[in-house]
Amino acid sequence: MTSELDIFVGNTTLIDEDVYRLWLDGYSVSDAVALRVRSGILEQTGATAAVLQSDTMDHYRTFHMLERLLHAPPKLLHQLIFQIPPSRQALLIERYYAFDEAFVREVLGKKLSKGTKKDLDDISTKTGITLKSCRRQFDNFKRVFKVVEEMRGSLVDNIQQHFLLSDRLSRDYAAIVFFANNRFETGKKKLQYLSFGDFAFCAELMIQNWTLGAVGEAPTDPDSQVDDMDVDLDKEFLQDLKELKVLVADKDLLDLHKSLVCTTLRGKLTVFSEMEANFKNLSRGLVNVAAKLTHNKDVRDLFVDLVEKFVEPCRSDHWPLADVRLFLNQYSASVHSLDGFRHQALWDRYMGTLRGCLLRLYHD
Amino acid sequence: MPGKLKVKIVAGRHLPVMDRASDLTDAFVEVKFGNTTFKTDVYLKSLNPQWNSEWFKFEVDDEDLQDEPLQITVLDHDTYSANDAIGKVYIDIDPLLYSEAATVISGWFPIYDTIHGIRGEINVIVKVDLFNDLNRFRQSSCGVKFFCTTSIPKCYRAVIIHGFVEELVVNEDPEYQWIDRIRTPRASNEARQRLISLMSGELQRKIGLKVLEMRGNAVVGYLQCFDLEGESGLVVRAIGTACTLDKLSSPAAFLPACNSPSKEMKESPLVHPPSHGCRSTHNSPIHTATGSRLTQNFSVSVPTLIYTGMGSGSAGKEGGPFKALLRQQTQSALEQREFPFFTLTAFPPGFLVHVGGVVSARSVKLLDRIHNPDEPETRDAWWAEIRQEIKSHAKALGCHAVVGYSESTSICEEVCILSASGTAAVLNPRFLQDGTLEGCLEQRLEENLPVGCGFCHIPYDELNMPFPAHLTYCYNCRKQKVPDVLFTTIDLPTDATVVGKGCLIQARLCRLKKKAQAEANATAISNLLPFMEYEVHTQLMNKLKLKGMNALFGLRIQITVGENMLMGLASATGVYLAALPTPGGIQIAGKTPNDGSYEQHISHMQKKINDTIAKNKELYEINPPETSEELIGSPIPEPRQHSRLLRSQSESSDEVTELDLSHGKKDAFVLEIDDTDALEDVHSLLTDVPPPPGFYSCNTEIMPGINNWTSEIQMFTSVRVTRLSSLNLTNQALNKNFNDLCENLLKSLYFKLRSMIPCCLCHVNFTVSLPEDELIQVTVTAVAITFDKNQALQTTKTHVEKSLQRASTDNEELLQFPLELCSDSIPSHPFPPAKEHLESASSNSGIPAAQRATSVDYSSFADRCSSWIELIKLKAQTIRRGSIKTTVTVEKASPMGEGNFRNRSAPPCANSTVGVVKMTPLSFIPGAKITKYLGIINMFFIRETTSLREEGGVSGFLHAFIAEVFAMVRAHVAALGGNAVVSYIMKQCVFMENPNKNQAQCLINVSGDAVVFVRESDLEVVSTQHPTANCQPLCAGGEVTT
Repeated sequence: MTSELDIFVGNTTLIDEDVYRLWLDGYSVSDAVALRVRSGILEQTGATAAVLQSDTMDHYRTFHMLERLLHAPPKLLHQLIFQIPPSRQALLIERYYAFDEAFVREVLGKKLSKGTKKDLDDISTKTGITLKSCRRQFDNFKRVFKVVEEMRGSLVDNIQQHFLLSDRLSRDYAAIVFFANNRFETGKKKLQYLSFGDFAFCAELMIQNWTLGAVGEAPTDPDSQVDDMDVDLDKEFLQDLKELKVLVADKDLLDLHKSLVCTTLRGKLTVFSEMEANFKNLSRGLVNVAAKLTHNKDVRDLFVDLVEKFVEPCRSDHWPLADVRLFLNQYSASVHSLDGFRHQALWDRYMGTLRGCLLRLYHD
Repeated sequence: MPGKLKVKIVAGRHLPVMDRASDLTDAFVEVKFGNTTFKTDVYLKSLNPQWNSEWFKFEVDDEDLQDEPLQITVLDHDTYSANDAIGKVYIDIDPLLYSEAATVISGWFPIYDTIHGIRGEINVIVKVDLFNDLNRFRQSSCGVKFFCTTSIPKCYRAVIIHGFVEELVVNEDPEYQWIDRIRTPRASNEARQRLISLMSGELQRKIGLKVLEMRGNAVVGYLQCFDLEGESGLVVRAIGTACTLDKLSSPAAFLPACNSPSKEMKESPLVHPPSHGCRSTHNSPIHTATGSRLTQNFSVSVPTLIYTGMGSGSAGKEGGPFKALLRQQTQSALEQREFPFFTLTAFPPGFLVHVGGVVSARSVKLLDRIHNPDEPETRDAWWAEIRQEIKSHAKALGCHAVVGYSESTSICEEVCILSASGTAAVLNPRFLQDGTLEGCLEQRLEENLPVGCGFCHIPYDELNMPFPAHLTYCYNCRKQKVPDVLFTTIDLPTDATVVGKGCLIQARLCRLKKKAQAEANATAISNLLPFMEYEVHTQLMNKLKLKGMNALFGLRIQITVGENMLMGLASATGVYLAALPTPGGIQIAGKTPNDGSYEQHISHMQKKINDTIAKNKELYEINPPETSEELIGSPIPEPRQHSRLLRSQSESSDEVTELDLSHGKKDAFVLEIDDTDALEDVHSLLTDVPPPPGFYSCNTEIMPGINNWTSEIQMFTSVRVTRLSSLNLTNQALNKNFNDLCENLLKSLYFKLRSMIPCCLCHVNFTVSLPEDELIQVTVTAVAITFDKNQALQTTKTHVEKSLQRASTDNEELLQFPLELCSDSIPSHPFPPAKEHLESASSNSGIPAAQRATSVDYSSFADRCSSWIELIKLKAQTIRRGSIKTTVTVEKASPMGEGNFRNRSAPPCANSTVGVVKMTPLSFIPGAKITKYLGIINMFFIRETTSLREEGGVSGFLHAFIAEVFAMVRAHVAALGGNAVVSYIMKQCVFMENPNKNQAQCLINVSGDAVVFVRESDLEVVSTQHPTANCQPLCAGGEVTT
C-alpha cells in the first residue's frame, strides 16, 4: 500500500520553522526527515516516521509554492492564495533572504553573473553549504542587485521597500550590492582574516560619504546620468583625489605634516618611534591609494591596498588599536594646519571614511 | 424588468506576462451577464492595469438575476491574432438579491483559469437595483434567504419551521457531448463550470419558489449536491428546511408581506398546496431539453436497517399503536406533509421531544441512456421512493418526523447507490405552524418532559417494539423508558446531560465484489449492502462499548461503490448520556472451550479489552454518578400523581403493564470468536489508537465536555489517495489497508496540529471515494479549535462576559425565542440542565448557587416534584428577564462592534491589503458573535493540467488547487463585506489522473454561509464604552451598509 497523493491544506497556511530552516539549508526531503528524527521529535510526539515523512513533504511543497512569491516579497503580502499572519510573512521573508557568512565571503565583490554561478559547486564543497542553499543565496544577491541597481534614492531604503527586509538585513544587502557593483576584491589571501561584517561596515561608510547620494543634494538636472546615487562611487570625487598627492609629493609638506603629527603624539603612543620611522611610508601609502582611485582596477584593489600599505606595516610593528586610532585622528587633523594645502574638504571626505574603515580593518 | 445590475471594473494586479517580447500584457475585460457583453478599454503594457471603467448596466429579469452568474473574463489584446484569455471570475450575485444581506460586492477576485489556476487578481464592484415588483414573484424567488447552517442561524429566530423542500435539475454533461472531442479542455471545463453555476442558480430559485408557496422566507440546512453521472448526464439536487425566520434585532422586519405568522395559518391548516414537497421539473431553461434523458431500467431497493437501541433488524412496516394521543395529533399534523423531514441537526429548545433512532434507506439504481425525450423523469421517482421508505421506517419507530435528514449518492460507471438517512423523532408541534394542537395539550407535553433527558425517552410502544431492545427507566427522571444505546444523526442537543467528554468513533469496512456489468453488478451490490450495514453497525456498537459510552451523535454512514469493491465508512461522536444506562462491557466467548491455550488466549484478550475500557473511561472522564444497583433493579418508585404532572392517558395506562426488560441483562454484550473474522474484529477494535494527549476529536459541532474554546481556529482539508497492490486483495487485507489509511491520516493530523494543543478537532468529516480500480481516496475536512485547559468550566460572574462558548452565546438567543412565542404558558424546556448553561443563566438572574445545585441533583427527583416545578417556574421567569436583557445589550453593541472591527482591521490592511477571512465547518466562531449573514457561498471549480510532473505531481497539483479554492472562497466573502465562512463544506472533490499522459483533472464543489462576526472581546469594549446605550431600544436592523 503506497500513498499516491497525500496533502494537507489549512485555511491558515501552516509554517513549521524547523522544517523551513531545513528547506532553506537545501536538504532533500529524506535528509530533512532523517535530521528531524535525530532531533527526537518522534519521541516527543509519539509520531511515526511515515507521519514525519508526510509532514515534511507537505511543508516542502508549501515552501516550494511560496518560493515564487518570496522572490518578490510585496507579492507575498498582497497575494490571496496563502493566508499567512503578517508576523509569519515577515519571518518567511527574513529567513529566505538570510545568508551564510561563509558563503557571502566567497562571493562578496564578485560579479553576480553566470560565471560566478558556475563556481557555486566549488563554493559548496569548500564551505560545506549545500549547493541548493548556495544557489538560493546567490540568486537572492543577484535579484536584489538587479532590482535596486538602477534605482535612485537610498540603497537601504530601496532594498527595504522592495524586499521588506529588516533594517539590519537591508544594510547587509546594501553592502553586498555595493561591493558587487564596484567589484571590490575581497578574496585575496591577505584579506581572509576579514569578516563580512568588516566589509559591510566599510561599505556603509563609503556609501554614506563617497557616493553621489552622499553629497546630500538630489541632482536637479534630470538629464544627468546620476541615477544610481548610492551604488556608484562619486566619479568626480575620485578624480579630485589626485589633488591629495601633493601631500606626499611635496617634500616640505610631507615633513611639516610629519612634524605636526609627531609633536602632538610624542609620549602618547607606545609605538612612537616605530610611527616616526614609518610615517612617510604610511602617509605615502594612504595618499597613493587615494590618487590611484581614478582607475577602476585600483578601486577594486582598495582593500588589498589598505591592508598592504597600512594594516600590515602597523601590525608587524605591533601597534595597539588605541595607538592606531590616535595616529589616524592626528594624521587627519594635522592636515588642517598645513597652510599650503588647499583641499581640506576633499581630505576630510576621504580621510573621514578611510579612518573608519582602517580602524575596522585593523585586527588579527 | 425588475432589476438593474451594475458592474464596474476597477483594476487588475499581478497579471501574468502574456507578451514574451515585452514581458508585459495588454489586458482588457469582458463583462457578461446573460446574453449581454460589455468590454473595457485595452490597458496597454501593464501587469497592473487601471481600467477604472464606467458602470456597465444590465437590465434583467430577476429570474435571470437568480439563475445567471456574472461572468468576467480578462483577456490579452492581440492585434494580429485572436485575443488570449487570461482567466475568468464568476460572481454569484444572489447575495445582493435579499434586502438584509450584502448591498454591494466589491473587492479583489482571483482571476481563475481552469488550466493555469489563479493568474492575478481583478478589482470589481457589483451592485443591483431591484424594483420590487411583487407580481413577478411567481417566476423568481428573490428575497428567500438560504443558509447552509443546519440550525437556526444565530441572529435569527424561527417563527415557523415549515419543513422539507427539495428539487432537482438535470442536464447533459458538456464533458460528454460530441463537441467535446474537438473542443479545447479549457472550453469544456468552462462550459461545465458555467452550466453548473446556472443549474445551481436555477435550483435555488425553484426551491425558493417552493418556500414562498409554503409562506416561508428562508431555507435552512440547504444542501446542494451534484451527481456526475457521466454519459447519462449531470444532476444537481438540493434539499433543505423551509422556515419563517425573523431577525432578532428587528422583530417585524423581513417577513414577506403576505406571511405574518398569524391566525390565518390556524384557520387554514392546509395552507400548502399538497404538491409542495415533491414536484420537480427537469427542463432547464438552458437550451438542452434533450439533456434530460435519464431513465431507469433497473432498480433494487435494499432492505434497510434501523439503528437504535440494542439491535438492528428489519423494521416492521406497519407502525404500532401510538402511545399518546398527543403523538397521534402531531402525527396528523405532520401527515399533511408528504415528507415530514428536517435537514436541521440542532434545534430550538423544546422542538425535539423524543428521538427514536437512526433510519436509513438505500437503493441501487442503474443509470442508462435512453434516447427517448418523452420518457418520464425517473430521478424524482427514485428519491421519492427512498423518502417514502424513510418515512415508513420512522413510523415504525413511533415517530412522525425525521430530523438530521440527508441524502447522498455514490456512482461507479452506470451503477448508482442512492442513500438517505436521518433520525426518527417526535417533534413539538408548536413550531410547525399547524394550529391543531394549541392549548392544553401543549402544556401537558411540556410538563411531561423532564429536563435534559426527554429526547432520550422512547417514542415507540414498548409492547410493540420494532426491534429487540433493552429498556430501562430513564436514569435522569426515572419516569420513562429509555433504550440502552441511542444512535442519532443530529448534533447533541444543548440541553442534554452528558458525563465526561465525547470522542470520534469510526467504523470502517471493505467488501470485495466481482466485476460485473449492468444488472448483475447492481444485484451483487444490493446483495452485499445489508451485510455491510450490519457489520458497520456491529463495529460501531463494539467501539462505543469499548469507549464506555452509550450514545452516538452525528452518525453518518457512507457506502461507496467501486469497480471491484464496496467501502463503508461510518463516523459519529460517542458520548455518555446521563439518562441512559451504563453500558456493559464486552465479553468474549470462544466456541471451543476445551482447548487450554485457546482459553488462555481468550482470557488474555478479555483482559486487554477490559483494560482498554477502563483506560478510555479515564481518558474521556466518564465517571457517572454511582447509582446504586438497588435503585435500578428495584421496582421504579411509584410516580407521584401530582396534579401538575398531567400524563397522557395512554402513557399512564402503559405503566401498569410495564416490565423492566433490562433488569439483570445490562452487562451482556457478548462477542463470539468463532472464526477468524471475529478475531479480526476484536483485533481491529484494539488497534484503534486514541489521539495523543491534549487532542480530542468529534464529528459534531461541539465537543461535549469542552466549552472553554479560545478563538484560535484552523480549518483544513487533507486528501490521501492510496494504491492497493492487487496481490493482497482479500477482504481482511482490504480492511486492514483501509483502517490503516484512516488511522494514519488521523495521526498525521494530530502531528501537524500539535502546536494547537490542547485542541479539539471538530466536525471531522471523512469522505471516501474509489476513483479507480485500486485507488482509495479519503478526503477529510475539519476544524481544529484550541481550548483553554486552565480556565475552569464554571467560573463565577465573569463567565458571562467572557462567554466565548457557543453554548452561552446561543442560549441568549435561543432562550428568547420560545419565550416570546408563548410567554403566557410556562415553558420548562428553555431551562436546560446543561451545567454551563445553568451557570450562565443563573448568574444572569442572580439565583444563588445553592439553588442551582439542586438542578443537577436528580437522585431524589420524584420526591420533590412539586417544589421542583415551582422552582422551574421561578427560574424560567427570572431567566426570561435576564436573558432578554442580555440579548438587547448584545444586539445593541453589534453595529458599533462592526464598525470597531473595521477600524481594527485597518492597520494590518496598511501593509497587507488582504484581510483575514476565517473558514469553519461549524455554524459558529468561537469567541465571536455573528452579526450578519451575507448570503450563501456555493462554488464549483474545475482544474486540469497537462503538465502534471511540472506542477509537482498529483500532490503538488491538488495542493495548489485546494489552496486556490480556499483563496477564491475567501475573496468572495471579503468582497461581500464578510470576514468568515461558517458551515463550510467541501461537498465534492473528484480527482482523476492519468500519469502516463502527464494529465490530471479535479472538480471541487464547496459551500458555506458568508458572515460578519465581531470578537466578543471587541463587543465587551464597545459595551463598556457605551453603557448608557442599553436603555433605549435601538434599531439594529439598520446595520452597517457599505
